[in-house]
Amino acid sequence: MGIFDKFRKGLEKSRSAVLGRLAGVFKASRLDETVYEEMEEALLASDVGVETSLWMVERVRKLAREKKVTSPEDLPACLKQAMEEALESADPSMNMAQDGPTIVMVVGVNGAGKTTSIGKLAYHYRQQGKKVLLAAGDTFRAAAIEQLVSWGERAGVEVVRHQQGADPAAVIFDGIAAAKSRKYDIVLCDTAGRLHNKAHLMAELAKVSKVASQALPGAPHEVLLVVDGTTGQNALTQTQMFSQVAPLTGIIVTKLDGTAKGGVVLPIVREYGLPVKWVGLGEQLDDMEPFSAESFASALCDV
Amino acid sequence: MLEGISNSLQKALEKLRGKGRLSEEDVAVAMREVRLALLAADVNVKVVKQFVDKVRERAVGQDVARSLTPGQQVVKIVYEELTELMGGSEERLRMAAQPPTVIMLVGLQGTGKTTAISKLALTFRQHQHRPLLVAADVYRPAAIEQLKVLGRQIDIPVFDMGSNARPPDIATAAIAEAKRQGADIVLIDTAGRLHIDEDMMDELDKMKSAVNPDEILLVVDAMTGQDAVNVAQTFHGRLGVTGVILSKMDGDTRGGAALTVRAVTGCPIKFIGLGEKMEPLEAFHPDRIASRILGMGDVLSLIEKAQQTMDLDKAQEMEKKLRSSQFTLDDFRDQLQQVRNLGPLEQVLNMIPGMNKMKGLDKVNLDDSRFRRMEAIISSMTKEERATPSVMNASRRLRVAKGSGVTVRDVNQLLKQFEQMQTMMKRFAGFGKKSGKRGMMSMLKNMSGGDLGSVLDSGGGVPGGTASPGFPNPRGPRQHRKKKR
Repeated sequence: MGIFDKFRKGLEKSRSAVLGRLAGVFKASRLDETVYEEMEEALLASDVGVETSLWMVERVRKLAREKKVTSPEDLPACLKQAMEEALESADPSMNMAQDGPTIVMVVGVNGAGKTTSIGKLAYHYRQQGKKVLLAAGDTFRAAAIEQLVSWGERAGVEVVRHQQGADPAAVIFDGIAAAKSRKYDIVLCDTAGRLHNKAHLMAELAKVSKVASQALPGAPHEVLLVVDGTTGQNALTQTQMFSQVAPLTGIIVTKLDGTAKGGVVLPIVREYGLPVKWVGLGEQLDDMEPFSAESFASALCDV
Repeated sequence: MLEGISNSLQKALEKLRGKGRLSEEDVAVAMREVRLALLAADVNVKVVKQFVDKVRERAVGQDVARSLTPGQQVVKIVYEELTELMGGSEERLRMAAQPPTVIMLVGLQGTGKTTAISKLALTFRQHQHRPLLVAADVYRPAAIEQLKVLGRQIDIPVFDMGSNARPPDIATAAIAEAKRQGADIVLIDTAGRLHIDEDMMDELDKMKSAVNPDEILLVVDAMTGQDAVNVAQTFHGRLGVTGVILSKMDGDTRGGAALTVRAVTGCPIKFIGLGEKMEPLEAFHPDRIASRILGMGDVLSLIEKAQQTMDLDKAQEMEKKLRSSQFTLDDFRDQLQQVRNLGPLEQVLNMIPGMNKMKGLDKVNLDDSRFRRMEAIISSMTKEERATPSVMNASRRLRVAKGSGVTVRDVNQLLKQFEQMQTMMKRFAGFGKKSGKRGMMSMLKNMSGGDLGSVLDSGGGVPGGTASPGFPNPRGPRQHRKKKR
């Protein structure tokens, strides 16, 4: 099964859920205002959000006029194009260090799936023959370190850890130091889940990021925000607030194997220009795929 | 909590408030904005439609037209409908006639089941029950360990059979264990699962028939978007969910899930979770939440909270001291602790009517750490120093600064503030009764600005005490009636 197929299959549920509504829209006999209204509602119901939904409907309307579309049957192509446009600024490739280890920090709110995503990323890079190190920077939540260690065992990679309650910045520092001296290719740094409106926790994150850059110039090379695919419009606030304390470089959207449509990806990319880099599609080691705007759009729009 | 939806809803209704007459056009404009506000808050599309239609229907109806203040009337309708949408009144847990009462927590991955169940255990213990926690999440790495650690933290027993046992068997064995230990509440933590994962849902079904739980509580992340409906409906359809716990309500979520879940499944929201700190879950009061959303505050919850956390005797003693100006640094520290016990300042302030409308409040940094630092400074002093701060010479100040990890400047500042406070207190021996909102405001400003001089001046520092003009007086309405007569 190719990457594309898997991505598509994972989104199957999301796809049918959106399509269930959209298919009805596209089957209407005449192209009139109700079709657009229904489309707007279907987008809203997929967490695309008010602003981007309105933008998208306008865009489709314009495209339909340009292409002289008269039947609703031809709308899916326009919608797909609008989605791709919304996502086009997103470059999903990972920024790797020129030489020395690449430092990847993974941040997000509680329960978004940070530790699981790190486990999968570790496996992904391990498969590519990279030397991977994990840093257990979630020193707050009970048993978070054990959870990462057990992912490390599954993926077959080493874990740098301190005690629960230790300074997360110190763990990351040690991880980077170990990676430098032992010639690792990639360090994946876990951090504790934190709600973005907790000022002191966000300050802590800023410190971790600063310490990383002091430990290795140019680090962190990637700061990935993990967003739960079932999250609604709050994901936008999360993006905004996290990018204020750490230089976000991309998004990991998790749990898209459920019925959630992950539509919130669209406003994040369109309004913040932040690329989605990975998509989580399950609990197994290999349930992580690079994001592709093309397949995301066509998975949602192809009838 | 819920600031976002609160602000946008209030903005939508603001324009109606002052109007003497409401045209249909006025209502239509307001309703359009209400619709957008609700959609932006992740309330389900269909629920929004129904809600807006209902409010519009009532708003253009008879009651409003005849009312003297039609704008207020519409706000009242929105309040009533919001309350109704969230379930009307508080719902309590069903207890078994024959203990132990068995409660299962279910939900998607990462919604906060393990945290919620530990807090629930605390809630039960607060009411003199003996809960037993059961670790039945055998799938997620270290999930059992997490529950055990939390159990140790709050000193509540945790039952587990390792990660090789089958969850329904664990649940069955746990009940036998509870009977043996004399525990009267069995709280089963299950693994997070997707509602469309047939095998996993099947397992819950089996667990349900094995232990016949009194309550099956679905934990829903308050930040969930439109999918909340699918999740809640599927779980409810498969298992017959008896109630909902909304987690992560301490975030800045607009809480659309809260407004949606109850409306589509009919399952009442029974608790809300606020934060990772191990403290009991809060009961969910639809009327109070609706009141908070519309910026009308939640004085009832605040009073309850104060009663739970404040020590009445202490408060009375404090008042005496204040009046006789025998107020020492020890007393000051006590006060700081009492205020902190109420919970994060931000949460406390949101319960006060009108607070969200005060200008400049958003710019004030409501950081509890200032309190903590001040406590640390006082704690680094000797008994003698605390009783008579005048003995604090330069070398003592240096020692205290080192001991509490601050600079001498911080120590100086605190002492100066305390001194000012004492002077102030002597001047206001009668203790201010009219500072009201402004007093509260300056108290906040001072707290963030560093000058604590007026904390006590405004009375805000002793909410458990007698005169607290910053806080609305719970007996307000009664006094008002008296005046009328």
